[in-house]
Amino acid sequence: MAKLTIKDLKKSYGDVEILKGINLNIYDNEFVVFVGPSGCGKSTLLRSIAGLEEVSGGNIFIDDKDITDAAPAKRDLAMVFQSYALYPHMSVRENMAFALKLAKQPKHIIDKKIMDAAKILELDALLDRKPKELSGGQRQRVAIGRSIVRHPKVFLFDEPLSNLDAALRVQMRIELARLHHDLKATMIYVTHDQVEAMTLADKVVVLNKGRIEQVGSPMELYHNPTNIFVAGFLGMPKMSFLQAKVISANSLGLTVELSSGVDMCIPVSSDGIAKGSTVTVGIRPEHIQITDKNNSNFTGRLDVSEHLGSDTYCYVNTDANEQLTVRTPGYYQGKYGDTVGLQVDLRHCHVFNNDGQSLYKLNRSAA
Amino acid sequence: MLSIKQGKQLNTVLIGLLAWGVALVIFFPIFWMILTSFKTEIDAFATPPQLFFTPTLENYTLVNERSDYLRFAWNSVVVSFGSTAIGMLLAIPAAYSMVFYETKRTKSILLWMLSTKMLPSVGVLVPIYLLFKNLSLLDTRTGLIIIYTLINLPIMIWMVYTYFKEIPKDVLEAARMDGATLFQEIWQVLLPMSKGGLASTVLLSLILSWNEAFWSLNLTASQAAPLTALIASYSSPEGLFWAKLSAVSTLACAPILIFGWISQKQLVRGLSFGAVK
Repeated sequence: MAKLTIKDLKKSYGDVEILKGINLNIYDNEFVVFVGPSGCGKSTLLRSIAGLEEVSGGNIFIDDKDITDAAPAKRDLAMVFQSYALYPHMSVRENMAFALKLAKQPKHIIDKKIMDAAKILELDALLDRKPKELSGGQRQRVAIGRSIVRHPKVFLFDEPLSNLDAALRVQMRIELARLHHDLKATMIYVTHDQVEAMTLADKVVVLNKGRIEQVGSPMELYHNPTNIFVAGFLGMPKMSFLQAKVISANSLGLTVELSSGVDMCIPVSSDGIAKGSTVTVGIRPEHIQITDKNNSNFTGRLDVSEHLGSDTYCYVNTDANEQLTVRTPGYYQGKYGDTVGLQVDLRHCHVFNNDGQSLYKLNRSAA
Repeated sequence: MLSIKQGKQLNTVLIGLLAWGVALVIFFPIFWMILTSFKTEIDAFATPPQLFFTPTLENYTLVNERSDYLRFAWNSVVVSFGSTAIGMLLAIPAAYSMVFYETKRTKSILLWMLSTKMLPSVGVLVPIYLLFKNLSLLDTRTGLIIIYTLINLPIMIWMVYTYFKEIPKDVLEAARMDGATLFQEIWQVLLPMSKGGLASTVLLSLILSWNEAFWSLNLTASQAAPLTALIASYSSPEGLFWAKLSAVSTLACAPILIFGWISQKQLVRGLSFGAVK
């Protein structure tokens, strides 16, 4: 049905380069999420696909047809905006009918399409209301309804949930996932919220400073980030990073000495790593445990603990004053200032070289 | 000592009194003009001025006999509606491009347009008169429409500009995504969304054109003369006839006053739109 190909896409505003050569393939029925910190170019990329921004270089293809310079109206894409962007002078029904009327579709078909969309989104009772009479969640549904009546080739979502409160956001997230499943449509979704990225995406595209850092399934990105940026960006709480020096490198992995003076042997490829060079070790909160002081890799001093009920996140300072985040069970009762033992699951540690690139894990797996 | 609540009430009363005072000062001349138009010439000159008198319609009858009121009124209608329509046709696209495709020079262009309003009209009277003479536009309605459009265009663009500024860009982009052409985007989305503001722009332009007297007096003689010229023809060198002048003034003001009265809600809403949002 709809396949989207982006080749070496560039965009600048004056001297400022926003997109620095984006290459990306999006396949039919895929739910692709663009994620990254603010200012990384994700919205600009989406708006370039939509045709709302003129690009400075490169090409965009839909089903092998070059649409780089086509008007938005000619691209057959639908977009849901962060601000909903409903037409305030039209009722819900007219909002949804607008595109179909412009396309000169017969009235009975328009009516049927609106009824179908209204049923999916539970808008039946609201069809004759004006946008100002609706709540935020309802408005967002209308905005989605306005795009699904058109059966576009690709759906574009520009941070559609960021104006909703937390509870509603979770609910709409689930509805969007269901919608994608039911419509079997290609969707591109922009967000700065990594939870949305992880839960909704078939494929996550992590952007930073106008470049793609990594593309892959959420789990692939979480477990095998290609560089320190992706590693630090995905995951809540964040991965902890420790500075270390390489003591020896062999086929079993890398032996490093942390700044706190502790030695660790981590099973990663040592290709191109010289003895004595500095590296960064990354450990996720769930791959480190608080244990008995005598039966541990090293010790640290307990800083703040955050009790979430199911889990407790403990922030522990090492002897070199680096901070580690540790996930412990919800019943854990550590006290501020306690000295605790830390046990690291070495198989799941990440090592990044001086350029921030990830070293290949020898026991690569998705678990 | 007054409590905070009493203080607030006193404030409200004072502001109310002030508003009434200002309104009366503004309204009094109009009231006196209408009153005078129903007096005889002798009553109109009486000292002290008379508030109670036997009303008469003789001034109106005389004015009607001496001059063709409807022809002047029709000229006023054609000229003010014509210049307003053309003005809107120019102001909407101009404001659209300045709001939604702003460049570094947009602000300067807006200021420059406004600065043309600071030029005293009389300063360009001779060149404009000569231009009109050469183009055979003297004493034509077309000529007046052109000059009124040019006079009011800066203000119209400024007003439409501020109303368009209130429209979120996203909504127009949504229309573009929905397949709207530029014209459909403006006609079906932008204009309905700013109709309150556009209506007050139209009203203001109508009022300004209706009341304009400098150019209409200087550029028309008989064929294209609007109501303002009719009023002026009654302040003749033969002596002032206050009652007749009042009657003709009342006749000239009445249409626009009634029009303004009917649409005052729209006008006030439009003019205060940005402030109370």
